[in-house]
Amino acid sequence: MSTLSLAVRDSSTMLRRNLLHARRYPSLTLNLLLTPIMLLLLFVYIFGDVLSTGIGGADRSDYVAYLVPGILMMTIGGTVIGTAVSVATDMNEGIIARFRTMAIHRGSVLVGHVVGSVIQCVASVVLVGAVAVAIGFRSTDATALEWLAALGLLALFSLALTWIAVGMGMVSPSAEAAANSAQPLILLPLISSAFIPADTMPGWFQPIAEYQPFTPAIETLRGLLLGTEIGNNWWIALAWCVGLTVLGYRWSTASFNRDPK
Amino acid sequence: MTTTTDALAISATGLRKAYGDKTVLDGIDLAVPTGTIFSLLGPNGAGKTTAVKILSTLVTADAGELRVGGHDLAVDPQSVRAEIGVTGQFSAVDGLITGEENMLLMADLHHLSKQEGRRTAAELLERFDLAEAAKKPASTYSGGMKRRLDLAMTLVGGPRIIFLDEPTTGLDPRSRHTMWGIIRELVSGGVSVFLTTQYLDEADELADRIAVLNDGRIAAEGSAEELKRLVPGGHVRLRFTDPAAYQSAAVALREVTRDDDALSLQIPSGGSQRELRSILDWLDATGIEADELTVHTPDLDDVFFALTGGAAVPNQPKENVR
Repeated sequence: MSTLSLAVRDSSTMLRRNLLHARRYPSLTLNLLLTPIMLLLLFVYIFGDVLSTGIGGADRSDYVAYLVPGILMMTIGGTVIGTAVSVATDMNEGIIARFRTMAIHRGSVLVGHVVGSVIQCVASVVLVGAVAVAIGFRSTDATALEWLAALGLLALFSLALTWIAVGMGMVSPSAEAAANSAQPLILLPLISSAFIPADTMPGWFQPIAEYQPFTPAIETLRGLLLGTEIGNNWWIALAWCVGLTVLGYRWSTASFNRDPK
Repeated sequence: MTTTTDALAISATGLRKAYGDKTVLDGIDLAVPTGTIFSLLGPNGAGKTTAVKILSTLVTADAGELRVGGHDLAVDPQSVRAEIGVTGQFSAVDGLITGEENMLLMADLHHLSKQEGRRTAAELLERFDLAEAAKKPASTYSGGMKRRLDLAMTLVGGPRIIFLDEPTTGLDPRSRHTMWGIIRELVSGGVSVFLTTQYLDEADELADRIAVLNDGRIAAEGSAEELKRLVPGGHVRLRFTDPAAYQSAAVALREVTRDDDALSLQIPSGGSQRELRSILDWLDATGIEADELTVHTPDLDDVFFALTGGAAVPNQPKENVR
């Protein structure tokens, strides 16, 4: 069997294993969905009127439109915490030692986790998106192409955060430690333009909010779905995605190839 | 027995491994002829698991010429992996999925066809008495069941060389004997087994050759019989509480080993009924009444004291009684 077909075959076996885990024990993934959904409902129904005025909107529905792109990105950040936890759990299991002593494609363990995680991210985004639509979110003028680009951006962002989360899971000694180190991935959206525009934040803080990975991705998604100004956000978002993917990939594979203790 | 590399399933020359400044394996040599059971015997922390991890490609050695299944470990680990199966000290099963799913996972990773995979999985589950529990998550299995599933998973790919790292540690006696039976069956099928254990009786029961690993070095190597000849024989130990009684007994029983600190005497004995009776008769005849009498048969401890001098261990005879 050629190296490529071996890689594909073993990786899809590992993917099936991870999806089986996720299907058998959905509570971890579903729990992680609670945070973005709660924040969505909280900010719309409790703080919505005030915040709507703050962004210059007429009523609450304007704020729903503003908020949803950020919540969707936050959903990805939340879902990959689960990835970090399951990678860390896996690495502490004897089964990984068994995989390492088998004549299988070396990278398939990680690829299985990564593809599984991206699939879970997209599924989570669809679920949270459905809640958003249920409470009144509508895309104003997105064309089919823009929808496609939005989906592509969400998938790419999922891939980038997944690799980072896999790296965090690899170097964490336990599932708890992995959950802690991945925590920033769901907290970063709080200091992005997800909830309020970056230019309403204190001046010294604006650069941090504007250039962290979430803001450009959120602004690009907002532009695609709602027709707001994207500006140079799209390429900053792309650069972040590619950069984080490469960094996470290098980090994860280096720690996987290191001798286990 | 030939000594060409092909006749050896596993060979190691000058195997070294250190973690930081702690040397775990200090230049060991091993040779396992094809189709035999080789046992690496040693106490906890002797380096047994490290040796298995290195020979099974999990960890890289610091130095040494290592060949497994005819392939050089340093040059071609992937070919080594295709030949071996590893069952570790801690069960390498996926607890989140069922026993059957674990087996099918292995079948997929060995690139068996769907049909062949199902057949192999079902056969092995049946053979290892796991068919009934096949649909239950592996995390719910007992220790013995997990070990059996672990070994069944190892066999899916039909490995020619199998590493068993302490396969019976923590098992109850019945599961232990079941595991021994399984291991014997494997070898009759022609595979080579590299077994680590801390039990002398296990090595005695199963292994063709035994190497005693102590403190990162091979302290002795040979068949079970050869090793036992190195061990001081069994003895009967008499313990006294009254120093006067101890002294008079020590004088009366000339051919004994004295331990003045513990007020105890050791009389060489194989521990058979006949020998015990003659010792008791002798004691009665000389009017000695010990406060405690224990029969001591050779065990792993004795092997180590014989091989390492036992200087660091208290309450042990410092010279051979035989």
